[in-house]
Amino acid sequence: MPEERAGREQETYARPEAIGDLDGHRGSLGGLKRRDFLKVCTGIAATLGLSPALGVRIANAATAPGRPPVIWLSGQACTGCTETLLRSYHPTLETLILDQISLDYHETLCAGSGAQAEAVKRQTMEERRGEYLLVIDGAIPTKDGGVYCMVAGETFLDSVRHAAEGAAAIIAIGSCSSWGGIPSSGPNPTGARAAHEVLPDHTVVNIPGCPPSPYNFLSTVLHFLTFNSLPALDSKNRPRFAYGRLIHENCERRPHFDAGRFAREFGDVGHRQGWCLYHLGCKGPETYANCPSLGFNDAGEGSWPVGTGHPCFGCSEQGVGFTKSLHSLATLETVTPPTAFPRVVEDSGGGVTPASAAIVAGVGGAALGAGAVLASRLARHGQPLDEAPPAEPPKTDGL
Amino acid sequence: MSATPLNRRQFLSAGAAGAAVAAAAPAAEAQGLVREPRAMPLDAVGLLYDSTQCIGCRACQVACKQVNGMEAEMPARYAGWNDGTWDTPTDLSGDTLTVIQVYQHGTMAVKDRETDGYAFIKRQCMHCTDASCVSVCPVSAMTKDPVTGIVSHHPDRCIGCRYCVLSCPFGVPRFQFDEAFGEVTKCQLCSNVPGQDIPACADVCPTGANLYGRTSDLQAEAERRLAKRPGEPHDYPRGTLYDDREPNHATIPVYRPEVYGERILGGTQCRVLAGVPFDDLGLPLDAPDFSYAAMTEGIQHTLYKYMIGPVALLGGLLYFARRNAVRHRSEDWD
Repeated sequence: MPEERAGREQETYARPEAIGDLDGHRGSLGGLKRRDFLKVCTGIAATLGLSPALGVRIANAATAPGRPPVIWLSGQACTGCTETLLRSYHPTLETLILDQISLDYHETLCAGSGAQAEAVKRQTMEERRGEYLLVIDGAIPTKDGGVYCMVAGETFLDSVRHAAEGAAAIIAIGSCSSWGGIPSSGPNPTGARAAHEVLPDHTVVNIPGCPPSPYNFLSTVLHFLTFNSLPALDSKNRPRFAYGRLIHENCERRPHFDAGRFAREFGDVGHRQGWCLYHLGCKGPETYANCPSLGFNDAGEGSWPVGTGHPCFGCSEQGVGFTKSLHSLATLETVTPPTAFPRVVEDSGGGVTPASAAIVAGVGGAALGAGAVLASRLARHGQPLDEAPPAEPPKTDGL
Repeated sequence: MSATPLNRRQFLSAGAAGAAVAAAAPAAEAQGLVREPRAMPLDAVGLLYDSTQCIGCRACQVACKQVNGMEAEMPARYAGWNDGTWDTPTDLSGDTLTVIQVYQHGTMAVKDRETDGYAFIKRQCMHCTDASCVSVCPVSAMTKDPVTGIVSHHPDRCIGCRYCVLSCPFGVPRFQFDEAFGEVTKCQLCSNVPGQDIPACADVCPTGANLYGRTSDLQAEAERRLAKRPGEPHDYPRGTLYDDREPNHATIPVYRPEVYGERILGGTQCRVLAGVPFDDLGLPLDAPDFSYAAMTEGIQHTLYKYMIGPVALLGGLLYFARRNAVRHRSEDWD
């Protein structure tokens, strides 16, 4: 079946690729059947907004030997970004870190510890220089030389800078490393900064969110593995496929906003009916993320804040999340001008056209003629009855 | 549909000018033909609409339809995307007492900016201090409450002449042309809705762009906003000025330094603040500071004073008619 389907798609798309030896080595499909594995990869292609045919390429890349090493550094973070990855199912985290990538260093997940773990990290950075993927979660304290976060005797600031030198690509996962997040909120006693701020000479892909959807991260990683390039980024270096639209634009409660139905208090009639949460302080109108279209934890809709009845608090957006007060109103980022509103002076009718003028003139002329004929006939009929006939026919001015 | 406000205004001012010339009177303010303007009741109530705070959610429009039990409108120009889900009136009508409209210019990039921007305006009855519709109504179907100043319409007295529709400088009263027994409709600040303490539009507004209260208090609130500098924080009250709702904590935008409705056309009980010129929003600016009603009533009352004018006219007509009748009789029978 998969072969047949792929065969059909090969005819359709310009750059076909044959399905490779997917289960060439043990465990490469992460316990999935071939067919299910291809489905997963096609799903990832869809998440990335790519043609389904490219799912095959993703499948081949994900099972290719020589998995790229990944170094994951955690700074001022809550481990929420790791937790969100633990709850991903296509692929599962173990498939990702054991079979698709080689997660060589991750303080929460690595089996070794202490000097052993640090030795592996150093080894990867030297031997696979220019090949490894660097992932950063957590903000980077910069005040007082960065002494507020030290791992293995090295400030986090230094370890990020060293690791970035030989990285093939750098991904900042979570709001903390993307723009500063909670640690950078006032009064910011540690001088917490985002990854791109301390690595000004590198391209850092930002995947903000607290935590972000794991699939925004996984899709970016698999895009890199498959095409050896990063996905299209916006002006804040966020992948466009995930952060191209406002939450407001795809929100399941958007029709309630358009119809002016707002929950005004938690538990009131509107809130129980699932109405729009803007009045309660929802930051969806100024926050770019794909939460409403993707949801969290593969549990379908309802598994994101607005789905549970709580306003979005803009966790992924700098200047909104952890900055604006929770229940203050959002500023509407109207991306497209409001063309669906009636204008102040609305056109009504098209004015006089030559055709309509001709019709009106024709009808008027016919009426005048008919009136004149009728009047003259009336006058003739009346003749025998009158003693003295009128000298002139009656006037038709009255028309 | 009736004429646009601009055309009506031009029509009215042209008519007024013609009448003034015919009566060989100097400028209308120079009295004679202008009756004493009516004063606003002390407890006059109204709405303060702040265009800069409006987000165009149309909650006011929807709530207004609900409490007044009016039908949704779906004009043909929206048929492409609105298959019956949304109420999308384009203007005030017999079934729409308030409507959110938009001013658009160029790229429409920034809200409340005249060039390449856009701005919202909520249209509804302004509840004029000296209302034209009340002045012109021949049967007292349009009344102005002596205490609240709310201009109301009484369909059981109305004879359907629609003079009020023509006379309004804001184009507010509308007739239900699509009904067999249509009525004139207009906003009555929900005084006609049982159990509605404050107008529904102000009640539901999420940002406080629609604020209900005594006009004097609304004017004071508007002046507080104008007195602050752009960027300063301001707590925009929601609903009314008098209850304990959580205000909308926002910042002061760039305002036009004027409260619309304070003086124009004799003053209105509803006031407007905006970031773009008011005439861009369809609110007339080239109108006198007295009501057109003061002028037309002045002319009418002068012409009809002690019935001298009509008696003289009728007497003259009678004289000519009788003279002609006598001449004809002598021609026929001689």
